[in-house]
Amino acid sequence: MPHAVSPSSEGGSSSVREDETMSDAPAQEADVQNNAQPDAQDDAGSQGPGALPTTTNATSTRLEDMFDGDDDDTDEFSSSAQSKPQDSSQPAPRAAPKAQYSEPDTLRQFYQRLFPFRPLFQWLNHSPTPQPDFQNREFAFVLPNDAYIRYQSFATADLFRKQCLQMTPTRFEIGPQYSVNPRDRKTIRKASSFRPVMKELVFDIDMTDYDPIRTCCSKAAICHKCWQFIVMAIKVMDAALREDFGFQHILWVYSGRRGAHAWISDKRAREMDDAKRRAVANYLELLRGGDHGKKGLNLRRPLHPHIDRSLKLLNPYFQKEVLADQDPWESLQQAEKLLTLLPDKSLTAALQKKWDSTPTRTSNQRWADIDSVAEAGNLSTLDAKKLVEVKQDIRLEYTYPRLDAEVSKKLNHLLKSPFVVHPGTGRVCVPIDVRRLEEFDPFKVPTVTELLREIDEWDAKNRGLGERERAKVEDWQKTGLKPGYVAGLLKEEGRGKRERHEEAGAESMEF
Amino acid sequence: MLAASAAPRIDPKKRAVLDHRKQQFAKAQWVEQDYKHRMNFYTVPPTGDVTLEQFEEWGIARLKVLAELEACQFRNKSPAETEEYMRPVMEKHLRLSSNRSRSSELAMERKKDHYSHWTLRLAFSGTADLRQRFARLETQLFKLRMQQDDGVEKKAFIDSLPMSWETVGDEEKSRWLDELKAATSVSKTDEESWFKVDWEKVPELVERRQVLMKRGTAYVHVREQVNMVVSEFSRTLESGLELAARFLPRMDEDNRLSPILHHLSQSFVAPDAGYSEASSISDMASINAGSIDALSENFPLCMRNLHRELRKNSHLKHFGRLQYTLFLKGIGLSLQECIVFWRKSFKLIADGNKLWDLCFTIHALTLCTDKFKSEYLYNIRHSYGDVGGDANRRGKGYTPYSCQKLLTEALPSSGQNHGCPYRTYTPDNLSTLLQSVGVSDQKLLREVRDDVGKQRYHIACNKVFESAHKPELKKVQDQKLWPASELDTILHPNTYFKRSFLLKNLGKVQSGDIGVDGPTQQSTE
Ligand SMILES: [Zn+2]
Repeated sequence: MPHAVSPSSEGGSSSVREDETMSDAPAQEADVQNNAQPDAQDDAGSQGPGALPTTTNATSTRLEDMFDGDDDDTDEFSSSAQSKPQDSSQPAPRAAPKAQYSEPDTLRQFYQRLFPFRPLFQWLNHSPTPQPDFQNREFAFVLPNDAYIRYQSFATADLFRKQCLQMTPTRFEIGPQYSVNPRDRKTIRKASSFRPVMKELVFDIDMTDYDPIRTCCSKAAICHKCWQFIVMAIKVMDAALREDFGFQHILWVYSGRRGAHAWISDKRAREMDDAKRRAVANYLELLRGGDHGKKGLNLRRPLHPHIDRSLKLLNPYFQKEVLADQDPWESLQQAEKLLTLLPDKSLTAALQKKWDSTPTRTSNQRWADIDSVAEAGNLSTLDAKKLVEVKQDIRLEYTYPRLDAEVSKKLNHLLKSPFVVHPGTGRVCVPIDVRRLEEFDPFKVPTVTELLREIDEWDAKNRGLGERERAKVEDWQKTGLKPGYVAGLLKEEGRGKRERHEEAGAESMEF
Repeated sequence: MLAASAAPRIDPKKRAVLDHRKQQFAKAQWVEQDYKHRMNFYTVPPTGDVTLEQFEEWGIARLKVLAELEACQFRNKSPAETEEYMRPVMEKHLRLSSNRSRSSELAMERKKDHYSHWTLRLAFSGTADLRQRFARLETQLFKLRMQQDDGVEKKAFIDSLPMSWETVGDEEKSRWLDELKAATSVSKTDEESWFKVDWEKVPELVERRQVLMKRGTAYVHVREQVNMVVSEFSRTLESGLELAARFLPRMDEDNRLSPILHHLSQSFVAPDAGYSEASSISDMASINAGSIDALSENFPLCMRNLHRELRKNSHLKHFGRLQYTLFLKGIGLSLQECIVFWRKSFKLIADGNKLWDLCFTIHALTLCTDKFKSEYLYNIRHSYGDVGGDANRRGKGYTPYSCQKLLTEALPSSGQNHGCPYRTYTPDNLSTLLQSVGVSDQKLLREVRDDVGKQRYHIACNKVFESAHKPELKKVQDQKLWPASELDTILHPNTYFKRSFLLKNLGKVQSGDIGVDGPTQQSTE
């Protein structure tokens, strides 16, 4: 994801979001309210000139990006450790069309009636009663005026809910559990004793990283065809995380627009330091940087079993979802890219000749041409075995997951919470059931406004029911969310609970 | 004097007991350790007695080794080059013999290795930066020694470690053989032998996909064992340093140790080298006031700069004068000749107004009829230990400043020229200065700029030295004229001079016209 590496892609002004990597200086000036009932407006307005603000005002461009959906190439509103450069000296944002789903009133209703605070709490807390896992956990809020406040923490799920209702954040992010309560970080004498201690291992897959190989859409846009890249990525990642690393508590979440997040909450994963996170990320990462293909993948042979398994998983997708649906080498101009991936001059010359004489060919045909032309004796530097390897590399390049690996490498990185509303689309970031991955349709994910309307409609329709009867039905049950809405989370939470019991048992055994 | 006891009686007041009950380090084992293996994980702190002198001397010897190791790294030496360079350095300062050698020094060597490690561990646990640097260098040293270790003894050492690995049995091996081979890049000639660990023990190998992963267990090829031991060493040391840092404040209670620890950690900022009488060349060439101009060609930049300033202005301010006088004393200029040198240097302007200025810079209120005599002379003689000064120092006078001294003292104010130009000059001015003394290699100038930017002043100076003496150094190395330990990193201006002088006079040295053996740079002893 480009924004991970180039935080200065917009605006050019200095970043005001503090502490991108907090491990070094976590206790910097970061004026977040310490009272339990903070007032968002006060906080946003309290920054004096020259002070280092935690809260920021977005530029007008950014607001437009949110709603345009076409020119936004850096912001999936996913993770915030990559800061957006913002110029606080800019005048107030121009009046942009404000979608109903980011109105404070809509958001308040969403938090009041729909947001699954309790399951989220249990998922993060690993126990029914509040633990440091939750209480010392950092939350970061993005407010309707785009102010960004870090180091929020809550003693209970209810206090968390109260602050959401009051501040109506357009979204919030989840960070690590700290060694002390993040709200108390300034009262600690030694800055080094405020440090992140635990967080889920997270992954971020974003469609923009597929722009070099998808033909159907670009930038923020997605369609059913290119969503298949996300499906492939989830399959490969999920298999590796379970089979290779033995992780079991993996929650996949739709990021609300054009990608997916993975949250791995096995104890072993949560306790990993940065070096281990980096190790996992690099183990899984194959395609690095934006410049794939020019240098080749440089994979050693025989393939590492993880790559080999991934390739087997991906082969069917290459035939249908890539060659047939994306048809990436349809035009002669596009086909040149394929030629650059074949390091054999005789082969490429022969292919070029063939294609010049029959210009209209599908990608499937061109892919098959490679073998037929090679078999006709047009190989100079490659032998048949090497050609097989080159073709494997190309298949991987067009199918293997493209990770925004930076997000995964740091314990103190924040990532957008499951179940919040994506500010650009209004869609709720719902979990994805990997067992029924093919059935997941990002376009059928409900928006916050649809959900609230459904509740109203249900209430209107069931006016005849008694007070008691109606109270039995939770608001979310009145919506299309019913099947499997919080199931993913609850399932993970249930496992977490067992895990904690097991841990407690193990600990008591030690004494 | 019949007693041949290896352990001399130690005056209780001079004991430097590393009392780890107080420090709450690892569990105390109140036995004199016996060192079964050449290699040591240093998990157990020393429990025996050492004298304060040993405490410091051993620490300094180890520091010397670590500093040289770091210098190799700064100069991008390959592992093979580093090995070759370090072998004599380690041999000289921190020799560790194998069991097979049956050396009578074995126990003492290992004790020194063990104790000096712990001394430095305490000295460098103070700041995160020092901890990180120390852990990195100690790990490199460990690895270097491990590579030099005898095969059988290495295996015995590895087996003695509490590492949690399990050998992959035959049945499992045959079940996963293809995957194991593919994952760990095993070629036909490689041993088909693997072991299992939690993958968290080998993150570096996981990162490079050099292991087979099965549900959180990493299957590692045996060839990685040494690296694993090294990483385990590094991890253990890092957490040990963290622990030491937390208990360090208590060390202050022992006020005999803290100045030594402080000095050692200072030395890590800029490695220290003591001046030794051996850096004088008076025994091989006669030096007088008139020969300084010619000899200044062999001076390090700090002194050459002072000399040029002196010639240019017939004037040097107090600290520059002190630095330069001590240096001249170090190269073997006698007190009488030194007085002549200064007299001549100032005579050129003896009647000029600057003399007044000079006079005031020393003792502003002193009115003097013969300024030179009353002031400069005093200063010069003072430097030579002839008059006044600290009673402890009398007889020897001040010793010539080391690079460490020059690199850690206060920066000169404008108009002053003392100190190390690599540190005190802006990069642009430094380049100009270097070019004015004949350094024209643009690549070298860029490297110098890079090094000083990273505050590696002594590395920059050493590179300039190497470049200026390239053919001579090659000859010395090719013909093995000097022991390799005489070609270590220069940490003292007087060492620079002497080595330069000897190199430029190689022919004469060989023919016996001057000198006898190579230069000597003593670590503070
Ligand atoms: Zn599309």
